[in-house]
Amino acid sequence: MSKLSSLAISDNGFIFKPSTGESYTTNEIGLFIINLLRTENSGEEIIEAIMDDFDVDKITAGRDMYEFLDVMKRESLID
Amino acid sequence: MKKKLTIGVTGLNNIDSPGPGVPVIRGIKDADFEARIIGLAYENLEPGIYMKGLVDKTYLLPFPSAGSEAFLERLSFIQENEKMDIIIPNFDSELYLFIKYKDRLLEMGIKTFLPTMNQFEERHKDNLTEFAKKYDITIPESKAILKTDELSNLPKPFAYPYWIKGKFYEAYKVENRNQAIYYFNKISAKWGLPIVIQKAIQGTELNVIALGDGEGNTTAAVAMRKQYITDKGKAWGGITLNDPHLLEITHHIIKQTKWRGAMELEMIKSKDGEYHLIEINPRIPAWVYLAVGAGQNIPEMLCKLALGEKIEPITEYEIGKMFIRYSWDLIGDIKDFEKIIVFGEL
Repeated sequence: MSKLSSLAISDNGFIFKPSTGESYTTNEIGLFIINLLRTENSGEEIIEAIMDDFDVDKITAGRDMYEFLDVMKRESLID
Repeated sequence: MKKKLTIGVTGLNNIDSPGPGVPVIRGIKDADFEARIIGLAYENLEPGIYMKGLVDKTYLLPFPSAGSEAFLERLSFIQENEKMDIIIPNFDSELYLFIKYKDRLLEMGIKTFLPTMNQFEERHKDNLTEFAKKYDITIPESKAILKTDELSNLPKPFAYPYWIKGKFYEAYKVENRNQAIYYFNKISAKWGLPIVIQKAIQGTELNVIALGDGEGNTTAAVAMRKQYITDKGKAWGGITLNDPHLLEITHHIIKQTKWRGAMELEMIKSKDGEYHLIEINPRIPAWVYLAVGAGQNIPEMLCKLALGEKIEPITEYEIGKMFIRYSWDLIGDIKDFEKIIVFGEL
């Protein structure tokens, strides 16, 4: 099971990591990115989806996504 | 029809460093048998004595330091009145007597389900290095010492900060020699010698409550991470985990040692993912009711094992179940306090 699929994530952006008992909260865009990651979208697809849904340019969308992925990696929430 | 048992329980000190008695009783009250609960207390003000609906009767016991004669005499008196089927002792410091005299208790009609004397002795903090070697378990470097002089000549792994621990209870992380001497004296005055020095491992503290059937089988095991730790190092909140490796280690220890009874494993998971055993407590821990809430009623299972019943191991439990401790001011009556002081029972 991948780290991402083992997470319990609520619609409110509350993330519970069952292997360590740690919990996190994320905002709307973080939750949006996680949901797209879970359905195995590529980085490009996620950036485009952010641009469409949040009405931002490609640079902003890319920065948001990579910053968020960095945090998730640092916290061992994704492989 | 439910069978009615009479069960003696110690550890009613539900204070800031809580004994396991009250949550053990809560587990028993959730069991599929009925029970009359006999509280066995050491102090007049153990809160469990006064909690409504918890114990049916309480007796004071002499402190373990009073010796075996006083212990057996008092239990014999209580047994004449109460005809207890089982006793669940919950203090490290009393376990020696309960294990040593388990056959005498059995002659009185009292069953227990405790580790053997060998199991109890070999997992002692001051024996942990040998224990780890024998059963192939990773532990932080540990050393038992008898004098403060030895603090000056500790081998290399013991760089500051390190832990300084009592034989039964209390542990302090020390940053320098003065602190080490201070805590050596403080702990040894309370709990005796030796004092155990243990290398501090950076990481997350994880705990497991488990129950071994004495034949190498783990009949229950729940992993937990403390979410809120008091200045006494006690969990004030915790959450159940899905950590298969931690449970594997638990099964390994129980299988290798053929552990009999309840235990609590205290482990540190280091940043690189290694698990280090820091302590084995040979009894039910105070957070046992979390295990009950998550689906494993360990006090109930322990009672059934004590009665010689065969029980099916439980392997599942609910992940993400939490406990949050709280304090609550009970209003008591001086008459109750008087009874426990004057007659040693309530």
